[in-house]
Amino acid sequence: MKHIGTLLGATALCAASSLSAAELEVTHWWTSGGEAAAVAEFAKAFNATGNKWVDGAIAGGGGTARPIMISRITGGDPMAATQFNHGRQAEELVEAGLMRDLTDIANAEGWADIVHPSSLLDSCTLDGHIYCVPVNIHSWQWLWLSNKAFADAGVAVPTSWDEFVAAAPALEAKGIIPLAMGQQSWQSSGAFNVLMVSLAGADLFLKVYGDHDADVAAGAEVARVFAAADDARKMAANSSVQDWNQATNLVITGKAGGQIMGDWAQGEFQVAGQVAGTDYTCLPGLGVNEIISTGGDAFYFPVLADEEQTAAQGELASLMLKPEVQVNFNLKKGSLPVRGDIDLSAANDCMKKGLEILAAGNVIPDPNQLMSPDSLGQINDLFVEFFNDASITAADAQARFAEIVGNAD
Amino acid sequence: MAANARPIRLLRNLNAKIAAVPMILTALVVFVGGSMWTVIYSFTGSKLLPKKLLKWDELFAIPVPEWIAKDGALNFDIPVGIVSRSFVGLDQYERLWASNRWIISIENLAIYGACSLVLSFVIGFVLAALLDQKIRFENTFRTIILYPFALSFIVTGLVWQWILNPEFGIQSIVRGMGFVGFTFDPLYNQDIVIYGILIAGLWQGTGLIMCLMLAGLRGIDEDIWKAARVDGIPMWKTYLFIVIPMMRPVFITTLVIIASGIVRVYDLVVAQTSGGPGISSEVPAKYVYDYMFQNQNLGQGFAASTMMLLAVAVVIIPWAYLEFGGRKRG
Repeated sequence: MKHIGTLLGATALCAASSLSAAELEVTHWWTSGGEAAAVAEFAKAFNATGNKWVDGAIAGGGGTARPIMISRITGGDPMAATQFNHGRQAEELVEAGLMRDLTDIANAEGWADIVHPSSLLDSCTLDGHIYCVPVNIHSWQWLWLSNKAFADAGVAVPTSWDEFVAAAPALEAKGIIPLAMGQQSWQSSGAFNVLMVSLAGADLFLKVYGDHDADVAAGAEVARVFAAADDARKMAANSSVQDWNQATNLVITGKAGGQIMGDWAQGEFQVAGQVAGTDYTCLPGLGVNEIISTGGDAFYFPVLADEEQTAAQGELASLMLKPEVQVNFNLKKGSLPVRGDIDLSAANDCMKKGLEILAAGNVIPDPNQLMSPDSLGQINDLFVEFFNDASITAADAQARFAEIVGNAD
Repeated sequence: MAANARPIRLLRNLNAKIAAVPMILTALVVFVGGSMWTVIYSFTGSKLLPKKLLKWDELFAIPVPEWIAKDGALNFDIPVGIVSRSFVGLDQYERLWASNRWIISIENLAIYGACSLVLSFVIGFVLAALLDQKIRFENTFRTIILYPFALSFIVTGLVWQWILNPEFGIQSIVRGMGFVGFTFDPLYNQDIVIYGILIAGLWQGTGLIMCLMLAGLRGIDEDIWKAARVDGIPMWKTYLFIVIPMMRPVFITTLVIIASGIVRVYDLVVAQTSGGPGISSEVPAKYVYDYMFQNQNLGQGFAASTMMLLAVAVVIIPWAYLEFGGRKRG
């Protein structure tokens, strides 16, 4: 039945599309197995319109890919469409008039009504014009636990962060690393932000990241978060892996008790053939505050001279938000769809938990939507140093954090 | 008639002068111009895109009559908001020197630079002197030692990342032989991580230094060795007091090659540690790259690269003065 639906959808799109066909180069940094399968769904749907998707995958992650994309756009050799994260990564490109205004298409198709949560469309909007298509939601606030590790240590699988901290000595006694954490700087700051949202609540998070309130960042509640980060640092002291998926692998193999990581980690568990609930446990909001952030990916369309390509850009933009494309893409990607009105019954347990939280509206924006890459880069530097150097006290780190927040833009 | 006239000075050797024009333009526009551009923009608050320092009318101080400005006849090509925040004075430099990461980068570069300079010279020269003893299979050994130089820094870094990895590399091999307590994990220890990078750097670069030294040694006249032998001077003394002073030009070339390699060390760090653990193996070039591209803060990246340029200039200018200025006078 699902296939027939897809076919019908594709046929409808074919009929709707104009006769002109164009080749569009689309750049993105989705190169792992699950990611490539997900992006192939876009390509398939787009090729079905009679146009041609030219895949421009850039390996090495967003940090490597974004400079390449930006230099191509600013250097006068733009691709037809490109991925960025929700937020302000492309802000200056939009200000410089290099990105195509999609407001007409958005109004015609009523994006304002279908995109949920609406903050995603806000991130695409500058001075009332819409410049990007949000395609998925990835959230950071997850604690992934290895059921095997806790069985080996003889303690029950924790249901909250405090229980997890309490179980750490039992894990260590069995030679299990309590908390797996990679060395990349975004992992350290990401984990800290998760602790902040989960332990101190969404309001505090919004004051710090949204209002850039240095007094709050220096205050007692954030001090409590730093104390928890200090616990996390001790629990992760023996975790000497580099990449996030290597850290996830420690959890999958039971060498580590848990990992704080976004929902993209789920793809690793799936590839390893593990089942949510029996092999691993997921705790959104660390089991304390079930709130998820709405980061993720959006597509931007640089201004092109060629009319046919410009028309095809419009087709691609509207296609990315079509219900069947959203379902196929997000199931492969392990992310949540950007529209609340579609059926994701094929999703697994952890994804369903995420969907429930999303439906209940317990969401916050991603730091990428609130602060510039420059400020976030400084925060990354601070936390990777804090998590790796036990000689920095929580109080010192908090003072530096408050300073960065105060100067943030 | 024209043949009898004295040639104009400017037109003398015209062909040679025309031929030199591209070189001069390249030197001025590409090298000096590019550096100046970087320095100038380091005083701006440029983020993702470079921001203009001045409006044209500010630059030439032409008063704009109010009715023209009101009429909109005078179009500025940049929004006023961007202009007003573009010039930030020394802010970028203040932030740079207040940044822990930059200080650590500088310290790492100093350690890496000093060790790399001394060890490259010593090891390179000793290897060259050993190879110079007219041994058999000299070509083979030379090729083996030079071979790592054919690898890029990225490949070198990846190879040494595995060799120094405690789970797979030297540590696990030695432990496998029965020494259970053996620990050798420089890349995972904050205090010594820069030496782990140094090892890889030396492995890659020493072969080239050896070849340069060997060429220098071969340039020494055979008669000098014979004379030293007749005088009964021991070999080590001949090297130290006769050969090395004679190799001065080779040493200077080598110094420049090593020094430039030190300042721009980047790929090795990226491949081996990505600056970790924490930020303990960061280097200035990586700071520049990360701020320019990943953090979208060109101004900060320009400020850092200007400091790197300044550091090179501080070393090069006194040296060039002594080397070239002194000779003219003498």
